[in-house]
Amino acid sequence: MDNPRKNKLIIGLLIAAGILLTKLFIIQIVNDKYKRDASNNSMVYDIIYPTRGVIYDRNGRILVGNKVAYDILVTPKEVEPFDTLLLAQVLQVDPEFIRTKMAEYRRDRRKIGFQSMVMIKQLPAEAFMRFAEIEYMFPGFRGQTRSIREYPFNAGGNLLGYVSEVDADYIKKHPGEYKPGDYAGKTGIEASRETDLRGEKGYHIYLRNSRNQIESAYDDGKSDKEAVPGKDIVTTIDAQLQQYGQELMKNKVGSLVAIEPETGEILALVSSPGIDVDQLADIRNHYQSIVKDPYKPMFNRAVQASYPPGSVFKLVNGLIGLQEGTLKPTDSYPCSMGYHFGKHKLGCHSHTSPIQLEQAIMMSCNAYFCYALRYMLENRKYASIAEALDKWHEYVESFGFGHKLGSDFPAELGGTIPTSKLYNRVYGKGGWKFTTIISISIGQGEIGVTPLQIANLSATVANRGWYKIPHIVKDSPDLEIDQKFKERQYTMVDTTQFQKVIHGMWRAVNGGFGSGGTASIAAVPGLDICGKTGTAQNPRGADNSVFICFAPRENPKIAVAAYVENAGFGATWAAPIASLLVEKYLTGEISRPDLEKRILDGDLMWRVKKD
Amino acid sequence: MEERFRNRSIKQSYDWRLIGIYLALVFIGLINIYASVHSAEPSSIFDLSVRSGMQCIWIATAFALAGLIVFAIPSRFWESTAIPLYIGVVFLLVAVIFLGVEVKGSRSWFNFGPVRFQPAEVSKITTSLLLAFVLSHPGFRMGRLRNLLQVAIVIGLPMLIILGEKETGSALVYIGFIFVLYREGMSGWVLTALGVSILMFILTLTVSPYVAILVLLTIAIVSNALQGRNAVRDIAIGVFVIAGLAFLPDHPMKVLMGLVIAAVPVLCYFAYKRKNSFLFYSVLASIAGIMLVFSTDIIFNKVMQEHQRKRIEVLLGIKDDPSGVGYNVNQSMIAIGSGGFSGKGYLHGTQTAYGFVPEQSTDFIFCTVGEEWGFLGCLLVIGLYIALIWRIIRNAERSREHFTRVYGYCVASCLFMHLFINIGMTIGLMPVIGIPLPLMSYGGSSLWAFTILIFIFVVLDHQEKKYF
Repeated sequence: MDNPRKNKLIIGLLIAAGILLTKLFIIQIVNDKYKRDASNNSMVYDIIYPTRGVIYDRNGRILVGNKVAYDILVTPKEVEPFDTLLLAQVLQVDPEFIRTKMAEYRRDRRKIGFQSMVMIKQLPAEAFMRFAEIEYMFPGFRGQTRSIREYPFNAGGNLLGYVSEVDADYIKKHPGEYKPGDYAGKTGIEASRETDLRGEKGYHIYLRNSRNQIESAYDDGKSDKEAVPGKDIVTTIDAQLQQYGQELMKNKVGSLVAIEPETGEILALVSSPGIDVDQLADIRNHYQSIVKDPYKPMFNRAVQASYPPGSVFKLVNGLIGLQEGTLKPTDSYPCSMGYHFGKHKLGCHSHTSPIQLEQAIMMSCNAYFCYALRYMLENRKYASIAEALDKWHEYVESFGFGHKLGSDFPAELGGTIPTSKLYNRVYGKGGWKFTTIISISIGQGEIGVTPLQIANLSATVANRGWYKIPHIVKDSPDLEIDQKFKERQYTMVDTTQFQKVIHGMWRAVNGGFGSGGTASIAAVPGLDICGKTGTAQNPRGADNSVFICFAPRENPKIAVAAYVENAGFGATWAAPIASLLVEKYLTGEISRPDLEKRILDGDLMWRVKKD
Repeated sequence: MEERFRNRSIKQSYDWRLIGIYLALVFIGLINIYASVHSAEPSSIFDLSVRSGMQCIWIATAFALAGLIVFAIPSRFWESTAIPLYIGVVFLLVAVIFLGVEVKGSRSWFNFGPVRFQPAEVSKITTSLLLAFVLSHPGFRMGRLRNLLQVAIVIGLPMLIILGEKETGSALVYIGFIFVLYREGMSGWVLTALGVSILMFILTLTVSPYVAILVLLTIAIVSNALQGRNAVRDIAIGVFVIAGLAFLPDHPMKVLMGLVIAAVPVLCYFAYKRKNSFLFYSVLASIAGIMLVFSTDIIFNKVMQEHQRKRIEVLLGIKDDPSGVGYNVNQSMIAIGSGGFSGKGYLHGTQTAYGFVPEQSTDFIFCTVGEEWGFLGCLLVIGLYIALIWRIIRNAERSREHFTRVYGYCVASCLFMHLFINIGMTIGLMPVIGIPLPLMSYGGSSLWAFTILIFIFVVLDHQEKKYF
């Protein structure tokens, strides 16, 4: 009589009910595990925080270490009436602070339940020891160890970055990775290598009895998880060199970058003014003042600021001319206080004339490089100047300009190198010729580069035609770096073309005073420094002082770029700064104390316009 | 005839047993809500500042709604307005996405001052009504494509919108309508295919694709063997082969696939020669099943992002996460498990009262039953639900009106899906997808919806009885 499908459905219903009841029977009556928990127990999770990875310099010095601090946790449900004044005195806080906190917990008691709340963060060890002695008087209060950052060496505040507690936004952006109360790296290496440094949290699970006391380990500790400490990171930074560089750049605005040419490893990278490590250690109290500082110490100029390179760029234009065959090392060009075209003139300073390539580099002649670029761009090989310019652009890009180098700085800037497209847009198609864009001959105009890119140029010249992508994390067995950092990036200019240019750079430094060399001030006997000055126009005041160099000439060990805003002629500030840094690195001491004193005492901050 | 109607009192003509079960469940719900919010500072069950007091208000209004349905609305109203009601609610479902307030990550609630209302709850009712309307239409044939499409739209449209509101749990309930379709003549194979697909999906993720495929092949072999004459012999051979494959070291997928590919043409040939279309279709179904296994594997391991994967892994119990997503289930199972055979006694629970179990008065209300009333209490509550569902099915089957029968099955299916998913979730059989336990969980929206759902059936059923 009944529909057979109805019967099947009823049987299904009974089977489903049977499944539910069987499972209930198992967990309520059969299973021993739940029976044991059945004596009114509940689990308490005690989180174990991993120690964060240590950051070392290239010589094994600790740049960022860890030290122990304590959080004071409160489990409001367990708190009994206590002596607020005594507690406040021991924990070194205002009694009123404890009262407000307790009132807050009372208000949110339903939400909190049996959870523990963090009342005081990062209590120093001495204060915690005093608390530990009388902890028994304060049921519901306990300490939890946290490791916090410690900086034994004042080097590389901007590079290292800071660590702080995650906020709601941060947690949302990294779903499932962080919980309120966790710490994470927010800038610099701390941020870029966060996943390596942070490690993994662990936990102990305890059982709580009916009187809410912790009784035993849950499941004999089998379900516990040990914390995995974070990986250590070895940087390419030389802490002493970095520290010295910071001193040299003190009270100046700009950047100082040193690279080991052979490996592309960044030895020092100073952005001035920068952040001191003692500010990093206590970022919570310094953050506001750092953000409000008109000189923007958080801004890493070395990789994030785009500047005109000025005369150091002449090296690139010279090399391109040589490679294209439109410039011969023996070609002489005249210079009468500049390059004249029509009624206009691109000025130069007074020096002998006419001159060849080597002298042009040594004396930094503007006119010479106008000719050099002009003959490259007006080469009949190319159908139009636009085509020639795009070829030039290709050359320049092969030197690491006009795009991000791909270093391990997440916020690296790419800079700008003009193309025919840009000029067509500005002047209209065919509406421009060489004299329209003449200023790019001497590294002005539409060219924008970062100090890191200029330092990379220095390393490229030092290597005679290739570079390795500059990086700050050193390759180590524990933490292998990307393959791209180990590969040579060749420029489109042949190795043989570099000799002439390098000789010019050597003479610029070592020609002796009176030779016309622009960087005699940078000379250190026996070090064979090769360098090129630059003086870049700054629309916001006095010229920027620029200098790149490497040393020694054969088998270079260090390549440096110094860029000092509003400091005037390249030889005045940038050259001595770079030269002192090179000397310190290669010899470990300074042979020119007077020069060093002038640089260390020099204060150029007043020249820089604040925003 | 006329005489007989007049002489029948209300008492005789309504299914009082059904209403009795309804009242019992609502009452058990209320006292458990009181127990779940009961703490060191006891308050009256009627105290409006706590949830048990508020629940009294929801219950009173639910009774008023029930009275309205029984006494004020003619029973024909529901059949005749099924279409406009359905359209109206679909409109609300869409509107809530733009106008609603956000609760726990999904935008599915309307806020009217102190009262919040979730259109997804009401949509169960209107979908049931329209489904009953469509299926009971004299021209309806289950096999016809046009009619199948109608059914698919009626069920699928609100389900998809609700999925869009990220109320996955509420959307899952709609899968239950497949039982109604089965009762009304849909092939049982659809039900089987759905069941096997879900099994494959879970096995692929929890055990391995290899094992999932072996289970699939076992099902295919056994069902084929049962069709033939030598069932015992065929099953024995099949089990022998499968067991051999299961014991192969490292579970070589290439070997398994090689065997499958070699077997397909042979089986197809047999199917053709012996005119065994069942064999042919089961070969096709097995291939489809294997493809499902592989695509599940690929989507899970290649396409999904780390955090999506993690959530599913925790839901399926592949990875333990006792402090994260798994926390609720862990605590809930300890609470229920600690109840033992006869429970700790009413208001003597510690797990739920101390606030270890989250959502304890809404989605996890069953924990309080389990902890304080023990296995006996669970048996009582589940027994009451089964009795309710059974009674509805019985009445539906008795009905002469096709509309009433289909609607009754819809009500039964909704109740069943909620019951199984909700209780399954509290004892770790189902992933944690927040849907309420019908009639017992705290909250007006859900209680009203189920009251309306059930009492429409009560009046439809009552109207039937007049003819007896």
